[in-house]
Amino acid sequence: MKKILALLVTLVLTSPAFAQVDEITIWWAEWDPANYLQQIGNDYEAATGIKVNVVQEPWGSFLNKVSAEWAAQGSGFDMVVGDSQWLGQAVTEGHYVDMTDFLTSTGIKDTVTEATLRYYAEYDGRLYAYPTEGDANGWAYRKDLFENPDEMAAFQERYGYELAVPQTWAQLRDIAEFFTRPDEGLYGNAIYTQVDYDGITMGFQNVFFSYGADWADETNNVLGVVNSPEAVAALELYKELYSFAPPGLNNAFFAESNDAFINGQVAMAMNYFAFFPALANPEINPHAENTGYFAMPAGPDGERYAALGGQGISINSYIDDTRKQAAYDFIEWFAQEDIQLRWAQLGGYTCNTNVLSSPEFLEVAPFNAAFAETMTFVKDFWNIPVYGQLLEPVQRNVHNFVVGGQGTAQEAMDNIANEHDEVLVEAGVINE
Amino acid sequence: MIQTQTSTQPSVKKRRQLSDRAIMLLFIMPTMIILVLMNIYPLFYSLYLSFTEYSVIGREAPKWVGFANYIEILTDERFWSNFAITGRYAIISVALQMLIGFGLALLLRDKFRGSGIVTTLILVPMMLSPVVVGLFWRLMFHPSQGIVNYMLGFTNPNTSPQWLESPVLSMWAVIIVDVWMWSPFVMLLALAGLSAIPEYLYEAASIDRASAWFQFRRITLPQVMPLLLIAVLFRTIEAIKQFDLVMGITGGAPSVETISVRLYREAFNEFDTGLSSAFAYIVLIIIIGISNIYIRQLNKARGD
Repeated sequence: MKKILALLVTLVLTSPAFAQVDEITIWWAEWDPANYLQQIGNDYEAATGIKVNVVQEPWGSFLNKVSAEWAAQGSGFDMVVGDSQWLGQAVTEGHYVDMTDFLTSTGIKDTVTEATLRYYAEYDGRLYAYPTEGDANGWAYRKDLFENPDEMAAFQERYGYELAVPQTWAQLRDIAEFFTRPDEGLYGNAIYTQVDYDGITMGFQNVFFSYGADWADETNNVLGVVNSPEAVAALELYKELYSFAPPGLNNAFFAESNDAFINGQVAMAMNYFAFFPALANPEINPHAENTGYFAMPAGPDGERYAALGGQGISINSYIDDTRKQAAYDFIEWFAQEDIQLRWAQLGGYTCNTNVLSSPEFLEVAPFNAAFAETMTFVKDFWNIPVYGQLLEPVQRNVHNFVVGGQGTAQEAMDNIANEHDEVLVEAGVINE
Repeated sequence: MIQTQTSTQPSVKKRRQLSDRAIMLLFIMPTMIILVLMNIYPLFYSLYLSFTEYSVIGREAPKWVGFANYIEILTDERFWSNFAITGRYAIISVALQMLIGFGLALLLRDKFRGSGIVTTLILVPMMLSPVVVGLFWRLMFHPSQGIVNYMLGFTNPNTSPQWLESPVLSMWAVIIVDVWMWSPFVMLLALAGLSAIPEYLYEAASIDRASAWFQFRRITLPQVMPLLLIAVLFRTIEAIKQFDLVMGITGGAPSVETISVRLYREAFNEFDTGLSSAFAYIVLIIIIGISNIYIRQLNKARGD
């Protein structure tokens, strides 16, 4: 009888519901911030004894890998640091745990900036992620060119105002034009033109939103909104900026933009802040000492927006309650201000409001001030389940016009508006 | 001992009873099982999916929609544009490969000192990975740093051809690379055909004072034709499926968005599994149709 009792106790204690979690797994894309998160995980292991494995997957196959796990309702990971655009699908299909009560009751919700909470975590009024790696587009520029007295005088004479960090898109355009000197191998700017995933859309959105355009109105109507005069003007400006880019940047994303800057080909380069550490490293960028950074300029009416990158950490809904609790515990620990400061010092882009405004953060890297400023005006593309179908027409039509020189800006935006309308009607987001 | 012997006898007998057919099946079964699991089952399952609304990353079961996916594809202008781009690309690329490949074979037909090394060097491009080829040609087409414009005499990047930017030139860029890579394959087949032509046919023609052109038209071409048609068949199928070079060189720019690139985007960017399965079947039907036409021509050329 005793033996049977002992066996039963053993069985109960070793069953999954009573199992002690001594290891948690986080999936993320393969890039430097994931290495920083692993270091944070090592700190967590030292503090709690629970090992953290950050499993990295190349960006190109990251969504495929996560999707396969979702489709199988698998428990291969406890948490995933997923793209903001995945939210709609992950939430509507039940892959993410609803973290609203947890983030509210612990007060974590109030520790991050409003914009990051909205775009990395929120879907249909509920919260499904903790904003982890904030990111958005910004600019790097050559201070030695901008502060050269001869250049400043020449610019003043030609444009009638002082050469300085641009405050508006119109000024940025003038500066790009001014520094475009093919005979010297110098061009005004490097911008995103990549056609395969979302590169050109992300780059264009910086101008698009700042010009007062949007992907839909409050009722999700797109006709007359996506192809508004502001949207058309924004696209025309983006094409103009492309004419000030070095030849060969017809399919450029973050790597090509950084390369053009490092090679001394451009005076300004658009990129995600996550890729600016390379520009601040003298071993990579010979102009590192002379590189400055600024946030997105304002549109004609003073509006400022930056296209959002970055990700939030979400909990897999297919793991058992013990593992969910372990995931909550990790997030609660990770969200503490001192850990967020450590995260920022390692190179991670915190979304914590206090850390973002702290002198320690602002001084730790030359681009952090611009990043902190940017995190207050980020804006994203659609994040509903059909975002892939909405993204594709933008990529194709914007690339066709900006790079391929086909049609007019009005035609390109009209095409996008019509195709978006079809997708949204079919998805039931709007009525026919 | 006796007992042991008697107890082992039946098993020996049993083993001996395995028929040739059973042994054959034992050898074939593993392959058949893998074939059914990895090829046949997915083939039929994707056929079923092509009649459904389904996303592989979604949690909803496939919903039967009949021919809706096929109708959507065949009535969508953009899909037709993908077919037109692929058709244009396949015709020009395969035609150039045939001309250049056959021309090279004629040049290398007669042995000369170092002809073996020359032939081997010409074959190198087709041994490379298409992705690697696409990436290094992208660098070579770079307007300011690439060697292509430099070789053409353009030193000012602002006035030189923008190979990967212009919709017309980007198509030609992919064609040039495909021709560079696969003309050697045509050459190889043509060389095999040329070496099989009996010498006495030419000797007889020479005695009859037949011109070189006449000999080419009436002896060389008909004799090599079956192998050339096989080359056309293989290269056309490959051209219709073109994906790696387009993505490697242009990143899949809209002006060179072939049906395979579009299929990849529908299947793995938009995850529209139902529609992409239907699209894949349409491509399969096209390839089977074209292959049949070629095979008929091939049989005709062989005089069957």
